[in-house]
Amino acid sequence: MQKERPLSPHLQVYRPTLNMVLSMSHRITGSVLAISTPLLVYWLLTLAAGPDAYNELLDCLSHWFFKVVLLAYVFSMSYHLCNGVRHLFWDVGRGYQNEQVTQSGVIAIVVALILTLSIYLLAITTGGA
Amino acid sequence: MKPNNSAKLRSPLSVAVGHGSAKHGFSHWWWQRLSAIALIPLTLWFLYSLTCLVGADYQTVINWLSSPINAGIMLMFTLTALYHGQTGLQVVIEDYVGAKWLNLSLLILIKLGAAAMAVLATIAVLKVVLGG
Repeated sequence: MQKERPLSPHLQVYRPTLNMVLSMSHRITGSVLAISTPLLVYWLLTLAAGPDAYNELLDCLSHWFFKVVLLAYVFSMSYHLCNGVRHLFWDVGRGYQNEQVTQSGVIAIVVALILTLSIYLLAITTGGA
Repeated sequence: MKPNNSAKLRSPLSVAVGHGSAKHGFSHWWWQRLSAIALIPLTLWFLYSLTCLVGADYQTVINWLSSPINAGIMLMFTLTALYHGQTGLQVVIEDYVGAKWLNLSLLILIKLGAAAMAVLATIAVLKVVLGG
């Protein structure tokens, strides 16, 4: 019989801070990205399968809902990339001062937003998304 | 295994030193970081390529992926992302899934799933680049 122990991240007792939200977002975006890798593989498989399969996928992706999903995917990837760089700096022992942590957090979120926005703008001007 | 006489004479510290923890913590940590570093340029390349390919028709995308450079980087990105993703999911599962049987089942699922995805992605990209 397992004992009823309190589980470690009982986050509801804390007032959310910027770094807490960023840290949780890193895990959430990471999990979403990892779970959606089969979709990336599916895209490659339809390419290999031929024009019919690929056009079917394109038809599906042209729905507004999937465009929003795709944009969320791009943002998740940009954010996880930027915040991941923060983690790599922490791994080598840099950037642990409180101000630095806040500063790099703000930079990560701003760069991720700029990246997502420029990808979106490029896509609607060149593509036809 | 019963400790033999020579092991009894050694202090617990000398037995433990240099052996690290009982599990595979460092190797997991190290490979997660290494794949993360590789994914920095690869992800930027992928996002850029994705942007250029939005709205492109089948033949355009095929022509793009038929270049050995693009096919190679595409595979590097996909395989590294699959690897990095399963290291991350493993940590999340180990942290939040309490029930032993579910914990183990999910770990098996993500490991085998990532391996299967890696095979499928490799075959798909090779088929396109070799013009099959």
